[in-house]
Amino acid sequence: MAAGAVLSWAIPRYELLNPYLQATLMYLGVNIILATSLNLVNGYLGEFSVGHAGFMAVGAYASATLTVILLPSGAAIWRFPLAILAGGGAAALTGLVVAIPAFRTRGDYLAIVTLAFAMIVKSALENINVIGGPRGLLGIEGLSTMPWIFAWTVLSVWVIRNFVYSNPGRGVLAIREDEVAAELMGVNTRWVKIRVFMIASFFAGVAGGLFTHLLQFINPRIFDITKTTDILVMVYLGGVGSIGGSIAGASLFTVLQECLRPLGVWRMVIMPLLLVLLMLFRPRGIMGLRDFPWFRPSVDLPPRPPEINNS
Amino acid sequence: MAYLLQQILNALQLGSIYALIALGYTMVYGIMTMINFAHGDIFMVGAFLCFVAATVLGLPFIPALLLSMTGCALLGVVIERLAYKPLREAPRVSAVITALGVGLVLEHLTLVFSPYPRHVPALWTSAAWHVGGVTLSSLQALIIVLSVLLMVFLDWLVRRTMLGLAIRAISWDRTVAALMGVPVDAVISLTFAIGAALGGAAGLLYALAYPVIDPYMGVMVGWKAFIAAVIGGIGNIRGAMLGGFILGAVEIMVAAFLPSTYRDLIAFALLFLLLIWRPYGLLGQPRPQKV
Repeated sequence: MAAGAVLSWAIPRYELLNPYLQATLMYLGVNIILATSLNLVNGYLGEFSVGHAGFMAVGAYASATLTVILLPSGAAIWRFPLAILAGGGAAALTGLVVAIPAFRTRGDYLAIVTLAFAMIVKSALENINVIGGPRGLLGIEGLSTMPWIFAWTVLSVWVIRNFVYSNPGRGVLAIREDEVAAELMGVNTRWVKIRVFMIASFFAGVAGGLFTHLLQFINPRIFDITKTTDILVMVYLGGVGSIGGSIAGASLFTVLQECLRPLGVWRMVIMPLLLVLLMLFRPRGIMGLRDFPWFRPSVDLPPRPPEINNS
Repeated sequence: MAYLLQQILNALQLGSIYALIALGYTMVYGIMTMINFAHGDIFMVGAFLCFVAATVLGLPFIPALLLSMTGCALLGVVIERLAYKPLREAPRVSAVITALGVGLVLEHLTLVFSPYPRHVPALWTSAAWHVGGVTLSSLQALIIVLSVLLMVFLDWLVRRTMLGLAIRAISWDRTVAALMGVPVDAVISLTFAIGAALGGAAGLLYALAYPVIDPYMGVMVGWKAFIAAVIGGIGNIRGAMLGGFILGAVEIMVAAFLPSTYRDLIAFALLFLLLIWRPYGLLGQPRPQKV
């Protein structure tokens, strides 16, 4: 941790790595936040959301609007954290709006509602001219620096990890294992689900804000269904219901994507092919339902939870 | 008035294509409760097979249609055998993710062989009839008539034949169906083949109606057809047809009377509202939850 913090400050300061590797590392941070937060819904809660890119878009546009239009300068040091928080907050509120109707029934319903939501966000953004419409928003400052991204990544992973192992977090796992039983045991299933969904959306928004100020240009097409698919791939590659898995999945995905770049178009054939093969031979992903010891609380919890049947 | 009638014709054309694709989603969902996200890309392959048939092989319409349909049916069966069958007992999400992966593989393999958008030559000599200010092209008539014929055939197949009975039995309870002597594996493969063949036919018709095709065309159309299947009640065959026509009508009418950039926005917002009102779709039944 401390070493990471020092490195994240030292690498850009003394140019220890070339700019390309620096950029890759920063995108890796954003991807880790995205994967971990989606894992909260798709892995720990056991639902299937395909709208993560939509929340990311809401966060990205909210924070970019703040830094470009509302606060072009000033507020000094608070400007960037404020923008990221605004992005997260906007995404969390949208998450609430989606979650209330989405959790009325179980099953593939959430997939459909979040799918529709992602499409609505994309075409709504294309129709708002103040923020560039289909052309996108230009002139965003490159405020996402390596220490900032490092700090936000650590914070996200820390919060999500603590939530999962808290009392409400146990409620989340109980819902995944058996919703009816959880309800009978006194878990307020609907409220727990809504809350999980809002937390996940919040961090998707944070990641969106960081991403925007890293890329310095956004348009609605960046956040289409392909982006969601990428995040899903990271989560399921790494393993559902595992924080370490999400970090591993995001890292592997980012690194593979860069390493296979010389292959050109074939890269985009090989990546999903790897995913299919992984699903066939390890349907739960690399880390499926297990976690690194340092993410687990030292006291309770058996080393490996029993197999679940998520039908 | 003529304008409205014209738009209704256009809506029927688009709606019948959506309905054909939606049938593929709904059949696979009905039999395996699995969302086959690769289906939109099978539709895309159908369009590209039509392109190959028209340019490389120089086939006329009927053989091209047969090529698209059988090619996609084979593809559907191969995908089912290689990618989905081993996952039948795995968590459902694994199969869905695999389907997403298969879809991406199909898209990008096509991209390798065809990096640029392609123009599909006309396979159907287009005539146009003018009746009172409304123009009906023979292509439009072909699309609507052929789709409706395929749908009627499918409805008959599922409701009146032994194969249909087997499909419905597996969808009801796979284990019991197997005990009753239904060859489960063969019937599931056949279901994929039929769904994919309809997708292939839709791909060909789409390529004739909107002749510029590219490897990503299946993504948006596929998701929309999935939405259509949901509107009608996923797993319900007549629902998928109804949903397809409704979605086609909404899209065309929004584009006709409002700025066309609002088309997707309004179509999906309507879906959102509809699902709040009727979570299981227009014709769907809630599946009882067993404890």
